Amino acid sequence: MSVIVTAILALLGLATIFGALLGFAAIRFRVEGNPIVDEIDSLLPQTQCGQCGHPGCRPYAESIAAGGDINKCPPGGEATIQALAELLDVEATPLDSEHGEEIPTQVAVIREDECIGCTKCIQACPIDAILGSAKHMHTVIASECTGCDLCVEPCPVDCIDMVPVDQGLSGWHWHAPKDQNIIATDKLGLVAGMVVEEGNLS
Amino acid sequence: MSTSTQSKIIPTRTLYDFHGGIHPEEMKSLSNQTAITQAPLPPKLILPLQQHIGNASQVIVEIGQHVLKGEKLADADGKISVALHAPTSGIIESIIDHPIAHPSGQSAPCIILIPDGKDEWCQLSPCEHFEHLSVSEIQEKVREAGIAGMGGAGFPTEVKLHPPHQDKVATLILNAVECEPYITADDRLIRERAEEVVQGMEIMAYALQPGECLIGIEDNKPEAIAALREAVRETQIEVCVIPTKYPSGGEKQLIKILTDKEVPNGQIPADISVMCQNVGTAAAVYRAIRFGEPLISRITTLTGEAIQQPGNVEVLLGTPIDWLLSQYGYQESKSQRLIKGGPMMGYTLTHPHTPIVKTSNCILAPTHKDLPLPPPAQACIRCGLCAQACPAELLPQQLYWFSRSQEYDKAEHHNLFDCIECGACSYVCPSAIPLVQYYRHAKGEIKQLKLDQQKSDQARERFEARQFRLDREKSEKEAKRKARAEAAAKAQAAKKAAEAAKPAEAPQDTTEQVDPKQAAIQAALERSQAKKSSQAPEIKIQAKVAPLDINALKTAWDKAQAKLDKMHDALENAIVNTPEQVEKLTRAVEKNQVRVNQAKQAWEQASKLEATISTKPNESKPEVPKPDIDTLKVALEKAQSKLEKMQDALNNAQPEQVEKLTRAVDKNKVRVQAAEQALNEVSQAETIQDGKN
Amino acid sequence: MALLTLSSPHAKGPQRTSVMMRWVIAMTLPGLLMQTLFFGWGNLHNVLWCTLVAVICEAVVLKIRKRPIAFYLNDYSAVVTAVLLGLALPPFAPWWVSLVATAFAIIFAKHIYGGMGYNPFNPAMVGYALVLVSFPVAMTTNWATPLSLVDQPASFLDTLQIIWGQVPAQSSMVDALTGATPLDTYKHEIAHSLSETVLENPIFGTDFSLGWEWVNAAFLVGGIVLLALKVIPWQTPVGLLAGLAIPSLLLGHDADQTTPLVIHLTSGATMLAAFFIATDPVTSCTTTRGRLIYGFGIGLLTYIIRSYGSYPDAIAFSVLLMNFAAPFIDVYTQPRTYGYVDAKRGPKAKEAKEKN
Repeated sequence: MSVIVTAILALLGLATIFGALLGFAAIRFRVEGNPIVDEIDSLLPQTQCGQCGHPGCRPYAESIAAGGDINKCPPGGEATIQALAELLDVEATPLDSEHGEEIPTQVAVIREDECIGCTKCIQACPIDAILGSAKHMHTVIASECTGCDLCVEPCPVDCIDMVPVDQGLSGWHWHAPKDQNIIATDKLGLVAGMVVEEGNLS
Repeated sequence: MSTSTQSKIIPTRTLYDFHGGIHPEEMKSLSNQTAITQAPLPPKLILPLQQHIGNASQVIVEIGQHVLKGEKLADADGKISVALHAPTSGIIESIIDHPIAHPSGQSAPCIILIPDGKDEWCQLSPCEHFEHLSVSEIQEKVREAGIAGMGGAGFPTEVKLHPPHQDKVATLILNAVECEPYITADDRLIRERAEEVVQGMEIMAYALQPGECLIGIEDNKPEAIAALREAVRETQIEVCVIPTKYPSGGEKQLIKILTDKEVPNGQIPADISVMCQNVGTAAAVYRAIRFGEPLISRITTLTGEAIQQPGNVEVLLGTPIDWLLSQYGYQESKSQRLIKGGPMMGYTLTHPHTPIVKTSNCILAPTHKDLPLPPPAQACIRCGLCAQACPAELLPQQLYWFSRSQEYDKAEHHNLFDCIECGACSYVCPSAIPLVQYYRHAKGEIKQLKLDQQKSDQARERFEARQFRLDREKSEKEAKRKARAEAAAKAQAAKKAAEAAKPAEAPQDTTEQVDPKQAAIQAALERSQAKKSSQAPEIKIQAKVAPLDINALKTAWDKAQAKLDKMHDALENAIVNTPEQVEKLTRAVEKNQVRVNQAKQAWEQASKLEATISTKPNESKPEVPKPDIDTLKVALEKAQSKLEKMQDALNNAQPEQVEKLTRAVDKNKVRVQAAEQALNEVSQAETIQDGKN
Repeated sequence: MALLTLSSPHAKGPQRTSVMMRWVIAMTLPGLLMQTLFFGWGNLHNVLWCTLVAVICEAVVLKIRKRPIAFYLNDYSAVVTAVLLGLALPPFAPWWVSLVATAFAIIFAKHIYGGMGYNPFNPAMVGYALVLVSFPVAMTTNWATPLSLVDQPASFLDTLQIIWGQVPAQSSMVDALTGATPLDTYKHEIAHSLSETVLENPIFGTDFSLGWEWVNAAFLVGGIVLLALKVIPWQTPVGLLAGLAIPSLLLGHDADQTTPLVIHLTSGATMLAAFFIATDPVTSCTTTRGRLIYGFGIGLLTYIIRSYGSYPDAIAFSVLLMNFAAPFIDVYTQPRTYGYVDAKRGPKAKEAKEKN
């Protein structure tokens, strides 16, 4: 009987000591992390396009922090959804096509011959990437444009095109070798992880 | 060779070793048995503007211009850049994007030069004794001669001829190692032109004033070693023979072998007071200073079993590779890939119609027997042979796992960017995993991610700046509005006080006359305030329901309706008189109908909204119905007068017009009724409101 | 003919996984030969039987996983697992013991994790540990007595009959053929005798352990050949032997209390483990320093379990325990990269350190 009492007391004592240690450590060595909204916001692509239904990336980040869906951002695409899922420890759902589809990066280009200088697109651009003023030529600063698409609608003469961005030689890099979990049907013609096709880069 | 060289005891320098390395089959005898031949003049020269690290050269010639051999075609642009010269005399045909030798197969701006066959030199400025030139003159000449590192990297040589941070260079190393299999260009160059190489090194030493000059060469080139030893006899240059191992020719590895110093990560050899140059570059420097010849040709090894006459050729820059190979017996049917460079670090060419550039040290055309296709990759068995072979002492296995699972931060932590992509790990991997491709992909992805992150940060900053600007403008407007409202209120109060003193002459009228206007202003202001307060999150919705001004919407609707009626009339007219216009007019009528409907909807929505706002007790409320009533009264009067006019017209009408006019009369009757109804409703509402108040 | 686009390097060295695996199998043959000479046909049969079971299991599982069977069977990894099990299991172990061990090893310890290269635990040792714990009697009573001590050595047919259950386990024939291993004997005898007395047992032969010493010597020779061929790294075997030797010399120097070092080294599966089992590349450490620690850990654990635990030969458990620790050891034994002053050890990138 006394053995049991001793055992219980010993365990209680150990639990108290370790609990106190842990509590102390939790307070003393506490690391202040970024508020979650900032972390979420830093993962979003900052195109401020509104395709998620919120007027900008920060409001969307706030809605995610409040428990909203993480799959509403087409410019961020799969990569952003995965990153958000990892950060928040939730499941990565596929992109909600209601809000748009993931397309390769584009920039807006104004056909300057047709521009009438109405400044409607300048007002629409969420990041002030269009240069110009009333009755003067407007032009898009290509390096700043995020391809959010908000300037196309307001233009009364429809002179804005969205063109895919071509980064040329400096933007090219090797693609990943084909996954090595070869299944029976694609073993043929497989060379060192690359599918061999005539003159094909992949 | 003279016996004195052989009997003299050559002091052996202590050589160190670097970690790892492999010993692939050298395959040098395929191409180093014959002397360097001169490649013939090709029918076309394709000269990329960027054959070096740094900024692309700026074109200074025009299409159609005739240029002489050695004439400058493009200027160096900025500090890290070199010039480009015409390899032979001819006409500039065009300056276009042409595919270049790059693993992506993409194009780059090139000057297309058509040789005229005369091979005329331009005016050159030779210099017999370089010691008579100043250091800066030599640096300028090298820059103007367009010399870039010819070992494969293409770094502008002139930049390397400036001592780092104005300190002295401790060691100048000439890289004659040529560790990659198959390549023998440097080997033959040294065997045949060792004097040029050594003189070039002397010029470099003159510019840099190094503490010591070393030439590193592998022990598999005995003839070249002998030639070098002969050439350096009268100089202070030391020839260091190092054991054959791949990749001893890598700059970092060679420095380790010869000096036991390691280039710290993120730094360049200049930071540890060492300069490395290729032997080809040294020979080019010599020719540039001594004869004034710019860099217009280089020695390239053509090798591989698919070439019938392998060997080294002195080839003009810009020579198309496919043409060059055809001159040396290239058998396309036997070749499975064309490699620019060696088998370890060279890249495959997708278009053989690409040019030889300053960094093309070898074109390798192997058959299936030479370089068989690698077997399909198996799973990594974690044997660690890759780590044993890595000259940078990395853990290729871990880098592979991280690259594959896209854990790029861990890959960076494991020093992914210190990988020199030498290929030793992939060479030894028993499972034939294409490791280097994984690392290249991961590096590209990491760079892209960083760029994207930078871009998104910038976009966020701009967005926040814009929000700040808009908020500021809004608050300024608010302040102004308040100030104006206060001023107006003051003025109104003053006026009221003044009028209270006067006898009341139709006070109703004046107040009514003054009030409606003031009221209108006030109403407009209140409306805009209401608009702003409800504006907050709904940017997009705003665009659709922009003006909450009901009157404006009503007018718009009326206008649209009027237009529609006109179109209807025109249509009827057309049906009777001009049938060919019927289609067009029908369409116009439809369009206008749509517009009318839209306008009507907008007005209805707005009135609903107004109704919800107006449920709050509001001081402005009593004033709002008044203008409405007046306009409605006016509208009613107008409609009534029109109706009378139409009725008159009907009575006096011609028989053919009767139908039309009857319809018009009916329409107007309807309008009058509507106007009356509207007026009644509003009056009722007003009386109720007045009753409430 | 269109040109291929491939990433460099375009040359490939001669090393191949299947070649390495085959060398490993080949270098077990001297040991197997010695086992057959000294202990009869049991081990040979087990090796063949286990190989058959392993190949069939692997083929079935690959079919279920929709992988090309020939491609994956050709890397010989299943055969290596089977051979190691065949060598490690008692010679007279019933057929179903070998079956369970091999099948479990191939299916659960290897393919469930993704196949060769993805398993965290040594498959052969997982199989062995499973049957050791599940069928303790079959695993402890079926060790063969050295042939020279047996009046009527079992012929191949006799061995087959015993293994396939045609002869009852309690029969006198089986009794005569089976006996305790030297390690087992020494461990139990030394509790109540002196070293000289214990060593007089004929099972220890004239030198160390009758039969077993030759088997271990043969495995040692095979291992050295593998080292010379660079199929296995030297750090793991050296670490293991050091891990066994050093505690033994420090703590077990008194032969009257614990098994002496020579018995440790010459009996049991010591050399087999050092050169063939612990060196399994997939489950051991990848860094060179890590391998030393890993091998040392196995040796140390083996010594501890052999001396203070209840199992006479503890290789399986030691290996499995160190398999647990291998990735952790890897994280802390990263080598220094060219151009860096210190190695970046530890799991997280310490930004402050890098900035220096």
